[in-house]
Amino acid sequence: MTPRKVYLDNSATTQVDKKVLEAMLPYFSETYGNPNSLHGWGREAKEGLDKARLQLAELIGADPKEIIFTGGGSEADNLAIKGVAWALKDKGRHIITSSIEHHAIIDTVKWLGKNGYEYTMLPVDETGMVDPKELEAAIRPDTIIVSIMFANNEIGTIEPVVELGEVCRKHGVLFHTDGVQAVGHMKIDVKNLPIDMMTMAAHKMYGPKGVGALYVRKGIKLTPLIHGGGQEFGIRSGTENTAGLVGFGMAAELAANRLANGEIDNEIRLRDKLIDGLIERVPEITVTGHRTKRLPFHASICVKYIEGEGMLLLMDAAGIGVSSGSACTSGSLEPSYVLLSIGMDHTTAHGSVRMTLSKDTSEEDIDYVLEKFPPIIEKLRSMSPFYKKNKVAQ
Amino acid sequence: MYSEKVVDYFMNPRNVGKLEDANAIGEVGNPRCGDVMKIYLKINDQEVIEDIKFETFGCAAAIATSSMITEMAKGKTITEALKINNKDVAEALGGLPPAKLHCSLLAQEGIEAAVADYFIRKTGKAPEGFKSHRTCTACEGSCGGGDTSHEHKEEEIFVSEDHRVAE
Repeated sequence: MTPRKVYLDNSATTQVDKKVLEAMLPYFSETYGNPNSLHGWGREAKEGLDKARLQLAELIGADPKEIIFTGGGSEADNLAIKGVAWALKDKGRHIITSSIEHHAIIDTVKWLGKNGYEYTMLPVDETGMVDPKELEAAIRPDTIIVSIMFANNEIGTIEPVVELGEVCRKHGVLFHTDGVQAVGHMKIDVKNLPIDMMTMAAHKMYGPKGVGALYVRKGIKLTPLIHGGGQEFGIRSGTENTAGLVGFGMAAELAANRLANGEIDNEIRLRDKLIDGLIERVPEITVTGHRTKRLPFHASICVKYIEGEGMLLLMDAAGIGVSSGSACTSGSLEPSYVLLSIGMDHTTAHGSVRMTLSKDTSEEDIDYVLEKFPPIIEKLRSMSPFYKKNKVAQ
Repeated sequence: MYSEKVVDYFMNPRNVGKLEDANAIGEVGNPRCGDVMKIYLKINDQEVIEDIKFETFGCAAAIATSSMITEMAKGKTITEALKINNKDVAEALGGLPPAKLHCSLLAQEGIEAAVADYFIRKTGKAPEGFKSHRTCTACEGSCGGGDTSHEHKEEEIFVSEDHRVAE
């Protein structure tokens, strides 16, 4: 019998769905034309591309013309922020974001800060939420764009995007949201949301890596990052990654089906079984992020007295793939800035573990993790100078 | 990332735990940076380390280096044990990734701190040149912990493996 393998790092990336792969394969060596060519080869490729655009637009309730395909989520984030910064530089040079954004936003904003722009980074509460009132107070006459993520990758918290977007509407400021973790996992209908731009990435929803998209509401002007042949409505030049985008389209269609048939509810149930089971079995662990307003597939905790890397490696040895925001796993001596932003102390933040489920995670997988996790924690705690100290103090 | 030896010494740590009859204890590192090492020694009248144990809060490399240095120091005189340096520990483990070299320094300092404690208990002070390493010297204060406050400098130019990106 082969030992069980449980991959719980789906916030990092997901397995490409077999149906996605099947849809992609012909676009490598059969339908290989350049979608910008007028001949039959090109037209056929263009059809695949158009279909993909429609599939993704339908997932989020957008018009296909509002979808700009990019080479991934980070590029889409950069395009949204830098594209608006350039296009509106005569209107204003102030940008607002939060302290728990992905680096694709934070580093972009900081770079602009060194190049003639100003920015405000909003704090978050202990669950990781941005307060719309604080956003409103931070908006200035020269604010051109606000970027707050739909949901956080490390702690799973879903931001109050409706309230935040409404504040932006009220003040006539563009609102961008990084939806990389949320799209395909939550019902999102941009027609009915005060969102002007939204970043998406295929590989977080069972599609291929290296393809993403930016939803851009009609009428918003962006300066392109990549100039050239004028593809993607002139916003993102470069011959389209047809196979990858066809895969993205199929991934979007499959996600829409899952959202419609309630499969997500089962994911939520398994997520809660995992979180509750961990709390029940291991003393002194803290759930990070919001307990209910969180991504359906996302469980994140901090385990006291031990460091995340050891947990990660022992879990790996037991056939379970997880991630951690500890300093040792990040290559620096600082633990995750997201965990520090929600007020965790350094020592506790070093003991963070994130487990993110997939659509294929089973009841048995969760049982397996719940069986393997407690002895791993006990083993590491028995080595820790803090654990026993604390026991004596009790 | 880690050598087989590091993985082995992490997965099957030697000399782990508390030493109830220790007559010297050294604690180094800082929980802020994610590494704290506590070394227990039982030193006999001939100044030989009869028994040694460790407790470590930290990553796999920190646990492996603690584990290795306890094995290397056991049965040695304190003078010999003090000669074990961080390079010896890293080499004995088949090498460490560059980002983890500070863990081997922490192990060396753990022994030094424990020996200093031995002398403090015996004579009331540590011999000349001994540091107790209570603060976070292993990471040279870059964690912002210990007594040296340090802010990470924002790099003006990011240098990746083979690209230079001018900001």
